[in-house]
Amino acid sequence: MKKIFAIAIVFCILVLGCTDTKSRSTGVFMLLDTSGTYAVELKKAQKILNYLLGVLAPGDTLAVARIDTGSFSEKDIVSKITFDERPSVANNQKRAFMNQVDTFVKSVKGSPYTDISGGILQAIEYLNEAESGKKYILIFSDLKEELAKGYKRDLPFQLPDYNVIALNVTKLRGDNIDPKEYITRVKDWRSKVEKGGGEWGMINDLERLDNIFTN
Amino acid sequence: MIFANMLNITSSPALSILIWIILLLLALYFARRPFHRAVMSFSKIIYNAMRFTAASVLSAEKRLAKRNREVIMAAGLENAERIVEREFDRIGAAVTRNLEGYPNVHRQLSEMITKLDEDFTSSADVPPSLPNWMPIIESIAKIKHTGDSMVANMLAEINRSLTEQHKKAIEDYRNSTASRHSILSKMMPFWRKIEKSLDRIAGSITSIKKRSKTVDRYMDEYEKIRSGSDKAARALSTSAMTQFAIAALVLLIAIGGAIINFNLIALPMSEMVGGASYIGPFKTSDVAGLVIILVELTMGLFLMESLRITRLFPIIGAMDDKMRHRMIMITFTLLAILAGVESALAFMRDRIAHDMEALRQTLSGAEQAGLTTSIIPTVGQMVMGFILPFALAFVAIPLEMFVSSSRTVLGGLMAWLLRMFAFLLRLLGHMGFYAGRIIVNVYDLAIFPTIWLEGIILGSKGKKMDIPEPELSEDSPLVEEAVDGFKETLKIKEPQE
Repeated sequence: MKKIFAIAIVFCILVLGCTDTKSRSTGVFMLLDTSGTYAVELKKAQKILNYLLGVLAPGDTLAVARIDTGSFSEKDIVSKITFDERPSVANNQKRAFMNQVDTFVKSVKGSPYTDISGGILQAIEYLNEAESGKKYILIFSDLKEELAKGYKRDLPFQLPDYNVIALNVTKLRGDNIDPKEYITRVKDWRSKVEKGGGEWGMINDLERLDNIFTN
Repeated sequence: MIFANMLNITSSPALSILIWIILLLLALYFARRPFHRAVMSFSKIIYNAMRFTAASVLSAEKRLAKRNREVIMAAGLENAERIVEREFDRIGAAVTRNLEGYPNVHRQLSEMITKLDEDFTSSADVPPSLPNWMPIIESIAKIKHTGDSMVANMLAEINRSLTEQHKKAIEDYRNSTASRHSILSKMMPFWRKIEKSLDRIAGSITSIKKRSKTVDRYMDEYEKIRSGSDKAARALSTSAMTQFAIAALVLLIAIGGAIINFNLIALPMSEMVGGASYIGPFKTSDVAGLVIILVELTMGLFLMESLRITRLFPIIGAMDDKMRHRMIMITFTLLAILAGVESALAFMRDRIAHDMEALRQTLSGAEQAGLTTSIIPTVGQMVMGFILPFALAFVAIPLEMFVSSSRTVLGGLMAWLLRMFAFLLRLLGHMGFYAGRIIVNVYDLAIFPTIWLEGIILGSKGKKMDIPEPELSEDSPLVEEAVDGFKETLKIKEPQE
């Protein structure tokens, strides 16, 4: 009897030891550019978020933050959640999340500056805490960073195991005059991300959102 | 550089080349016999090694074939025993059933026969006769009167009495006959009952006779298998192949059923054990769903074993009847509970799927009017969830067939592979030997000028030339050894065994 009990305990330990609740979950942090020229694009961002809500599974993490003058702040996180492991509860959480984002999009006001680097730093911090297995930072922006006077963002990113994907990178008026500006801007961001050990991607055609998780 | 120096041994490079060729040919000519011996020895080594290996493989194949035959025969005997045993059981049950009621039937028959006997005796009673004085009266009545009125009256009275008596006698006779007929007609139901009882007994005896003929047929087959005839072995082998194919097909169908079953319960299991935890590379909810299906299969196996339909676990079959009945009850109850759980999970799955679809439609901004509210899919899934575990329980039957026939089929396949391997080894051996001969011939072809000169020189001396390498000719011992047949291989193989 003691032997059977011991075997049962060993079996339970083995099963529990093999159980892994975090390493396979996905964490997505989406940064929304709310600067004056880009705020009008937020309806598109809402569609992307709805797509993400449909794709993410129970146990995954999703957070949405705005990019404004100083984005390295918890106050800029619009909504964040780690979905419950039960599908029915996760579905209700997704509905609530969708409503929060909807309220935000309706009430958002444009910011004078665009602190993308601060937003990325905030995303790294949040996703590291969430301990997601696969980490994605989605930047819904034209990638034109404009920092307010006194803000310093010259520290390198630490992005191992991160996928940084720029979405809907619109061309500015200056880009149309000189495309080199656009190309250089994108190239600089790619370089920053890859130097930090992350994977860089860019999706401008929002019909191809399924490419976000293909890497 | 070396090559250039070699060409400079004379002033003419062509002459130098010619000298070198002649020297090379001479060297090769003198090295001819050792080279031939070396090549032929090497090819012989290859040949013999391959031949011995092939012989060993053939020996193993023979042993395997023998073992396969033993297994087939044992399986056939077991099967025949099982069938005969089952037939005897049926006969036993029939005899018990019929003979159990026989004392009752016998008593009924005796009672009926006694009753019939009594009735028959009663029906044999003599009809009432006329009184004794009637003939006297009749004689007096026939006397002719002389016209005396008194006498005439008396005679008329006598005649009237006589007629009345006659009528009464006839009436009594008729009544008596009617009562006998009545008794006889009452006998009819008894006759019919007796006939029915006898028919029933005859039917039982005919059934037993038929079963005994079936047992005779199976016993004949059993005897054939026991005698170990080739015909029986072939029949059993073919039967095993057919069983293997049928069982594999049914198992494939069962696997399909199990996959559908799994899909029915995997999603709702995530509601119970969580959808984000993993055991190794697999989702815990998937593993839990799979475990439930496997437990159902196991319960099905035990149920079939307890019912003595299959014999995968002899220990269950050997249990006493009371314990077996308990086991049947337990396994069936567990199976029913699991079926109920699956049915509930199927219901939950439908609810979750419905909720997910509603969420998707909300996220895509579409109206939710398209969502079906019919209960038919829900009920269908619940029924499927309840039925599939019981259906899967019957997998035990094809599984047993598959396991028992796969031994024969795999044994046959292994024997065939060994035969093929032996053939390949022999082929390689022969190829090795003849490759040696080809090398020798190519060597001779390369130095043919020296051989040709040798022939001329020896021919001019008028000497009869001995063949220097007898081993090269077709009838040389080496060749004879090489071109052996299957019989020789078997001869080599015998001592190994």
